[in-house]
Amino acid sequence: MAALLESLLSHKVDIIKVVDWLKSAGVGLKRVILSREEHLSAFYLRLLCSEFVPFLLNFLREQSSQALTHGPATPAKTPSRPRPAAQTHVFSEKRGCKSASGGNGTRAARRGGHYIDETGGRRSVRGGEGYGRIIEQVSPPSVGQLNFNNLEEFPPVGSSPISPAASKPTRRINPTPVSAERPRSKPKTCFTSTPFSKPSSPLSGVVPLEGSMTGGSSLSLQEERELLKKEKTKRAQQVGSPQPSSLEPCTPTKTVLKTGSKVTPEQQTTCPEPSKVTFSLELDLLVELYSTCISENLVPNIFLELFFVMQLLTSRSPHTHDDEQESLCYLRLVHNCVYFAVKVLENQFQLVAHLDKCTLRLLAENERVASFSPHLRDLLTQAQDKSTAKLSPSVSTFIHSVPFQPDTDNRSNFSSDKAFHIFKKQRDIFYEVLREWEDFHKEPGWNFDTALGNRIRGMMSQMTSAGNHSHFARLFLKQLIQMCKGPRVNSTSGDAPDADLLGMLGAEGLGRLKRLEERLIQPHGVVGPCSPPSFPGYQEFFRDFLQAASCCQLNQHLQDSLCQQLLQLDEVSILSPPASICERDKEEEEEDGDMEQQDEKQRFSSVLLLARLLAKFLGFISFLPYQTSEKPSREIQDTAIALRSKSVPVLDVCAVLRNSIRRRHTILTVPWLVEFLSMLDFIGPRLLCYRTTLGTLLLFACRKLVLDRCEEMCYLNKLLMVSVLGWLFQVSYNDCIPLVDQQLLYTCCPFLGEFRKLLAAFVSGSTAKSGGIIRKITPTSAELKDTPAQAFFHNQPPSLRRTVEFVAERVGSNAVKHMKATLVNELVGRGEKMLRDGLGSPNSNPSKLNDSICAQLCDRPAVFLLPIRILLPHETSPTVLATSENITKRLATEKACSWLSANITGN
Amino acid sequence: MLHTIDMKPTNTLMRLSRAEYKEIVRWTEKLRPTRRCMKILKDKFPSHSQSTLLSIFSLEYQKWIKRTFSRHHVPDVIESYYQRYLSEAKAQPTAPVLLELANEVDLSPALMARIILDRFLQGQDGGMPSKSVLNSMLKEPSLIPDQILASNVYQCTINDCCYGPLVDCIKHAIGHEHEVLLREKLKEKNLSFLDENHLRTMGYDKTPDIILEVPVAVEGHIVHWIESKASFGDDQSHQTYLNEQFWSYWNRFGPGLVIYWYGFIGELDCQRDRGILLKDCFPTDIVTLCHATQQDRSPESQNKDKE
Repeated sequence: MAALLESLLSHKVDIIKVVDWLKSAGVGLKRVILSREEHLSAFYLRLLCSEFVPFLLNFLREQSSQALTHGPATPAKTPSRPRPAAQTHVFSEKRGCKSASGGNGTRAARRGGHYIDETGGRRSVRGGEGYGRIIEQVSPPSVGQLNFNNLEEFPPVGSSPISPAASKPTRRINPTPVSAERPRSKPKTCFTSTPFSKPSSPLSGVVPLEGSMTGGSSLSLQEERELLKKEKTKRAQQVGSPQPSSLEPCTPTKTVLKTGSKVTPEQQTTCPEPSKVTFSLELDLLVELYSTCISENLVPNIFLELFFVMQLLTSRSPHTHDDEQESLCYLRLVHNCVYFAVKVLENQFQLVAHLDKCTLRLLAENERVASFSPHLRDLLTQAQDKSTAKLSPSVSTFIHSVPFQPDTDNRSNFSSDKAFHIFKKQRDIFYEVLREWEDFHKEPGWNFDTALGNRIRGMMSQMTSAGNHSHFARLFLKQLIQMCKGPRVNSTSGDAPDADLLGMLGAEGLGRLKRLEERLIQPHGVVGPCSPPSFPGYQEFFRDFLQAASCCQLNQHLQDSLCQQLLQLDEVSILSPPASICERDKEEEEEDGDMEQQDEKQRFSSVLLLARLLAKFLGFISFLPYQTSEKPSREIQDTAIALRSKSVPVLDVCAVLRNSIRRRHTILTVPWLVEFLSMLDFIGPRLLCYRTTLGTLLLFACRKLVLDRCEEMCYLNKLLMVSVLGWLFQVSYNDCIPLVDQQLLYTCCPFLGEFRKLLAAFVSGSTAKSGGIIRKITPTSAELKDTPAQAFFHNQPPSLRRTVEFVAERVGSNAVKHMKATLVNELVGRGEKMLRDGLGSPNSNPSKLNDSICAQLCDRPAVFLLPIRILLPHETSPTVLATSENITKRLATEKACSWLSANITGN
Repeated sequence: MLHTIDMKPTNTLMRLSRAEYKEIVRWTEKLRPTRRCMKILKDKFPSHSQSTLLSIFSLEYQKWIKRTFSRHHVPDVIESYYQRYLSEAKAQPTAPVLLELANEVDLSPALMARIILDRFLQGQDGGMPSKSVLNSMLKEPSLIPDQILASNVYQCTINDCCYGPLVDCIKHAIGHEHEVLLREKLKEKNLSFLDENHLRTMGYDKTPDIILEVPVAVEGHIVHWIESKASFGDDQSHQTYLNEQFWSYWNRFGPGLVIYWYGFIGELDCQRDRGILLKDCFPTDIVTLCHATQQDRSPESQNKDKE
């Protein structure tokens, strides 16, 4: 691999050929493959590719390792020094403990890199549709054995889970160029290190061999490898002589070795200048290769790469003079780094353009971007206006308790007076504990279990004696949903005002505000885009509660309920608002298109967010019994697998995913599955059901989600899935309906906010080390506008709300229809008349027209309001009825008016 | 009558700062539950309502009694009180000897009466008298077989403004009266609500005085329920109420409003953002949901409605 790259850089191999090769490897799997042979050859091509890509990524990391002395490391290989929270290795296996004991704030990096080793690597790709069985014999995903990428160049970081300090960085630094001179003593060469040649997997006998993976095909695989190898050598030879061995020392690794000890703390930053760029030809080649890898979705996680690029852009390397090294190090000088970064950003502009407004603004105002590519700056400036994504939407979070509903909560729902009485107390204790947590959990030294553990466990034992678990599970889940469903909680804390502030001030203003900012800066800095799964905000309380309670009955009830709700949500039909579309004629559907789509997006986003929350907790509870702080030994793992494979998993994830792919529903299913799977314990990924699912997801990611190809799926839909999958693997619909907007993307992928933090840290001059996040400023004004309606429904039966929303939806739709039929026609007529009369138009101001239509409209819904009285129970009190009518009227009017302003004002 | 009910909003201070409250408390320490003492307190703090002062005094006195009652409630102490009573009552049968004894030993007269009556009944038939017999005799001294004791008990009861069946009755009446007042105010404002009795029949496990059918906003805070307290809200009682009632209401019905008709320590009103709002009167700044929706409509459309 190194040789290939070297020959490329020395122009011995034509870049176009390599790019084509990469592309064809990418396409191979994405096409509908007819014959097995075709599939296989494509697969091997990709296999080869999968050796090259990691090499390239590692190469770039190493090249730039000296320049990137700031911020979280994104090395693809072993870290040069332990950086617990912020490691973003691409090809490393570094799964931290989940800290089951994790009291307050223990967000120990549970997993730095999940990519290859945990999931069985890219070879699980085979586990996709139609090839589901193969994976069984193929992949006992063992570290080192199954890893396609486990070449000399890319060994996994020491296989022990965390403790980066404990294990000496076992950096492998001998790049092994593909050449005949390779010493035989190294058995793991590029082409023989895969498990295909040793089908000695423990599972191989379990499932009957089917299709391609028999011994024969293994042989032919070997042959094909040889062929490929020869082909490659041939290509290399076409361009020039075999690799001169003198090239070997110039491999990046050596550089790193030296630089490792040389990093000086002195921050004598150099201002990058385009004129000082060296190796620009070589850099261009690297840009092209790298961009192709990103575009073809060959990289594990596109956002990780993007983050790396931004790190290069913002690098502040101390200038060192080392001529000998300089000649061989393309990304050592800050000039070169910036040059490379800007070129890649240009190349990947489509992707970049989907970032949030603030990030785009920071990029556009970055002086380096401006000096290296005014064109890119202009593009970024333009893109800002189109970007709608905010880092964190400001939704009024009006936190409520779960209302007491006589239907489910009064005495008749309990087996005895005692049970009823005990639950009364438990509800109060639950909230008391919650309030205490709110008050104290951020105080230093506060510990969840010490402070609340006994109270919670006491409550659990009372619950057991009274048999109240189902009641409490319902209360618990409802409260969880109420507090954590909103987008605000999902994002990392403190983003919203931060983003707004940046948006307001821009880079320049921010620079000036540095002083003020310093007072507000939080201790933590840029985390990088590979943060471990977390329980932000109130989610932490619910997680810690379950851990402290450690009550199997409660967990079982929660699991039952979570499964049921999740599957229900997953069944939600996208595009069809409840019970309305079927009864509607086609024509109307088209007319209402825009509005429906807007509603649909909203509905989808709320379903998706809820599903992700529930899935995370289902995963948490389901795998809690198996969590260990250390990775178990092989033997223990094997025993555990044999044991656990006998029992039915809590959720048939395979079936769910298959079903979803069949129904083209993945945009909903994949993001929540990712949340569920992110909670897997060490052994989980090796269990058949999860392994198959992970494999299918990987295949799916490779096949369907190449961003460049605008086939069946919308760009943003794909982007969301690429992001969540990339995060899950630490690699990296009705999928054609534009359901995802930037807002949702950012809500589901809070790590996208890291770009902005990095750039902001650069602007404010503080390095990432000292942090760059402005503390949350809570808006003080109570937004009453929306809350009264919400508050009204709080203590009413849920059916009331559903009725009101349903009627409002229908009435709104009818009103729109009515408007179109009468008022708009009339207006068009009037407008035409005015035009005919050639009158200048003091009255034809569209906004005035709108107002008048709205005004006329407002009383119309009164006509439609009769149904609400009929639909509500007889005993509904007059006040409740009147209020319901008012709210219905308002909602319907809002719906109609929003249609109006969306469709008429533009005229 | 010690308990004059001043329910109409007066200009007197009801929402006290902790410092003001402490100043009053400091004064009450020297006082005993007598009319004369109440007069002293009132004269000392003319800007505060009499009810507030009395309520504070009553709460403080109760705390004091709680602290000291155990030293009276010991068999030989009781025996000595009883013997003194017997000898003094024998000497002056018409004098309020029990009341004087209570004042002398710093015990609430009503509690002194209870102790002595209890001892008296034990001596009558040897056994422990039942609580209900004791209570009914305290409420209705004419049931006491001993005439002199009966009149002594009666004097104790009516001269105690903090303990005893009379005070209980007055407190109950005042509490009820304020609930009625609250309901009237709500009706006046056209706010429909469910009251405690209604809620009980529906099977609620905790019931505030009032649940509003349609929530309102008071001073910018949503209010679902209202609890009426005809007493002063000091630290101790407020804490108890929070634990036993207010938070429980929040846990079931969301944010709500507590009215301490006789005022409260202002600093306690710190949970507004969390959903417990304190007031010393029926709020004037009430925004109803219906209003909000009507404001949304343009004036034109309202005109059309009239046509």
